[in-house]
Amino acid sequence: MINKQVAGVQDAIAGVSDNMTCMFGGFGLSGIPENAIAALVKSGVKGLTCISNNAGVDDFGLGLLLHQHQIKKMVSSYVGENDEFERQMLSGELDVELIPQGTLAERCRAAQAGFPAVYTPAGYGTEVAEGKETREFDGKMYVLEHAFKADFAFVKAWKGDAAGNLIFKGTARNFNPNMCGAAKITVAEVEELVPVGELDPNQIHIPGIFVQRIFQGEKYEKRIEQRTVRKRE
Amino acid sequence: MALDKNGIAKRIAKEVQDGYYVNLGIGIPTLVANYVRNDIEVEFQSENGVLGMGPFPFEGEEDADIINAGKQTITTLPGASFFDSAMSFSMIRGQHVHLTILGAMEVAENGDIANWKIPGRMVKGMGGAMDLVASAENIIVAMMHTNKAGESKLLKRCSLPLTGVGCVKKIVTNLAVLEVTESGFKLLERAPGVSVEDIQKATEGTLIVEGAIPEMNL
Repeated sequence: MINKQVAGVQDAIAGVSDNMTCMFGGFGLSGIPENAIAALVKSGVKGLTCISNNAGVDDFGLGLLLHQHQIKKMVSSYVGENDEFERQMLSGELDVELIPQGTLAERCRAAQAGFPAVYTPAGYGTEVAEGKETREFDGKMYVLEHAFKADFAFVKAWKGDAAGNLIFKGTARNFNPNMCGAAKITVAEVEELVPVGELDPNQIHIPGIFVQRIFQGEKYEKRIEQRTVRKRE
Repeated sequence: MALDKNGIAKRIAKEVQDGYYVNLGIGIPTLVANYVRNDIEVEFQSENGVLGMGPFPFEGEEDADIINAGKQTITTLPGASFFDSAMSFSMIRGQHVHLTILGAMEVAENGDIANWKIPGRMVKGMGGAMDLVASAENIIVAMMHTNKAGESKLLKRCSLPLTGVGCVKKIVTNLAVLEVTESGFKLLERAPGVSVEDIQKATEGTLIVEGAIPEMNL
């Protein structure tokens, strides 16, 4: 067993420096690497380019890094629900690249899987495709989208072991598996780090080969963005 | 009487057929799930990674790890599955999802759709909409016929940045059901009590009216 376990979040973020490109898993606030984000805020690292489906909310998730002006550029698919983000974007302080959600996922997956680029129909004929190569296949037009190049990927899983194997829970899975192995260093934080051998190899979502560092997060707030319920009959 | 949002959802629900996998966008489309017939089997997909979505949870049973693409807490039905974002869009891009229902700010008579950006005013992003409209074989747009200022949202050409080109097939509004054809918006049905003239007045794009136009059967 190759041991990927690090003592804690400080060791996990070691090597992150100004102007790096970092991926962050999560959809909205679900399945975000809460502990790594908190440590990056404390570290004061600046000029980050962040690849993440969303940009958090004003006081949680990547919103915390935005608030401290630690992010230079966001690459996302949807950035509503964040006033500070909107303010920084409209004032020009923050560079923003909006891309289709499926394209975001596939550019991660391409980096993980060793493809330099992929053709997708998403965004053809829109401003997203401006300046990009296009090509026709069987009468339909596609846009060439390049694999991401990132220094770090921060992901969050439900359970993991020191070998770096990961299991996700519910829709907190989202972009996390696609970002594993898509950057030079993948840092996984888990709610529960279990002894090696305890996870059933049949049930593992991401094999440890895609993960360089793993640690158990100290605590998880797991904030709910839109609490919607129905009345009991 | 023009329809309200629930009325639009009710009419669209009649387009959902047995055995369909359906992706519902945020807003009016989400309401469609409430009106699908009980005697057919349909599974709802949400692009953040769930197939087999159920209703909202009972109070106290919300789970931060089980949400839909609108970030609302949800439940799952027996037979449901979770998956990552790349697989979710494989379902969409690979045309395994049968029907996509989404909202729009503008639709043009050539099937173009705009729903993600108002330059200088609102930039929330496209989310999964560009993937959905570029791939789905069957797209229904659910929207009000006019905007809050009373201006038509069914246009000759979209004025806002596009989400997709030539992709919309059918539109259900508070006034009408329309099909996008090579020569313009073909009027298929009127909302109860709404006249062809009312619809004509609210439509900037070319409206094709052939013969008597029936009222929607809700």
